[in-house]
Amino acid sequence: MTLAPTPGQTVGPFFGYALPYDGDSHLVPPTRPDAIRLHGRVYDGAGDPVPDALIEVWQTGPDGAVPRAAGSLHRDGYTFTGWGRAATDRTGHFQFTTLRPGGATPYFAITVFARGLLDRLLTRAYLPGAAPEHWPGATARADDRGFVFDIRLQGEDETVFLAYAQD
Amino acid sequence: MTELAAAAASSASSDAASTSQAEISAEIDAIAQEYDAAQVVETDARLDYPPYRSSILRHPTKAPHQVDPEGIELWAPVFGQRDVDPLESDLTIQHRGEPVGERMVVTGRVTDGAGRPVRHQLVEVWQANAGGRYLHQRDQHPAAIDPNFTGTGRCLTDGDGTYRFTTIRPGPYPWRNHHNAWRPAHIHFSLFGTEFTQRLITQMYFPGDPLFALDPIYQSIVDPAARARLVATYDHDVTTHEWATGYRWDIVLTGSHRTPTDADTEDDQ
Repeated sequence: MTLAPTPGQTVGPFFGYALPYDGDSHLVPPTRPDAIRLHGRVYDGAGDPVPDALIEVWQTGPDGAVPRAAGSLHRDGYTFTGWGRAATDRTGHFQFTTLRPGGATPYFAITVFARGLLDRLLTRAYLPGAAPEHWPGATARADDRGFVFDIRLQGEDETVFLAYAQD
Repeated sequence: MTELAAAAASSASSDAASTSQAEISAEIDAIAQEYDAAQVVETDARLDYPPYRSSILRHPTKAPHQVDPEGIELWAPVFGQRDVDPLESDLTIQHRGEPVGERMVVTGRVTDGAGRPVRHQLVEVWQANAGGRYLHQRDQHPAAIDPNFTGTGRCLTDGDGTYRFTTIRPGPYPWRNHHNAWRPAHIHFSLFGTEFTQRLITQMYFPGDPLFALDPIYQSIVDPAARARLVATYDHDVTTHEWATGYRWDIVLTGSHRTPTDADTEDDQ
């Protein structure tokens, strides 16, 4: 049996009072010694920042294991759930406080929502040097506190968005 | 960029607010005719849909890169009872008084493409109040704010994949895509599956809304059968005596690549 999937729709302009929550982007507390920052800006096809986007991250911890703990919506400060959410600010900037992902080819799995974007986009932000050969897109780059990954919705240096093979 | 998109882009940058509904409807019809003629079924919203002006600079122009899901992508985050209070599924009890409007229950099942229930997973909703006003600082629509209605809710699906919210039927509201633009009444839904790739944010609509044909967001799903999947069904068995009307809306996430296991239903209990 294969059921037809329910189509997506834009997150719209008014998600700001509904989806963000206290602690959403702090997968770990910033004071934790091994905390890193993953941040970047979202740009539209004119190169302007997108101030009404919502970015979600889903990742392994440094040990490479897939987190199976609940608690992302009410973080206890100790449990690493591997998932977080960050709305962009006025300058299109988003940031997460998290841990370095592990495993053989470590990356952050990223979901992008925005007003004006009719369905969500998925991508991978590989750590520098971790992307497979011939990966067509940019990887995250290191900065002094972690990694930077900008998202370009349209244009010459458009982010490589992913489509997944279906069963 | 197609000629249509170029024209729309130039229009969007100069005089979006003065574009008439007739002009937008003509663009919608032209795309619909082109879709019919092509005879290739599309099941998703088009990202490149110029009648929705804000999409013009916000859609990718390159084809997505095809990959097989791996590692973390074969799993979804876990949400448990620590994350969601059961009372969060009732949007009518968040304040001292009763909100204004038609009290309603909306319920349905979340499954994957194979019909397997998505168990114990997070569902988030947000919506306008009965007058079509969002409790969002950027919503400038001069309709009343209802002090007894916030319009946000959460729940976890049960062991059968069923979700259930009690709320108020939202009103339609004006927006600035073009002159005299109105969105059909809708509830925003945010869903997780058992895999990262199944993440979905969408909108649920109400049967028979006269604004459907005029709305570029709804019409961005160019296939009539596909967009009809976003419309709830009135269900008198969900309606409760002297209390609330009932609507049913089932949600199908994309097929999953991994057979769900007990690990998918673990929570922090």
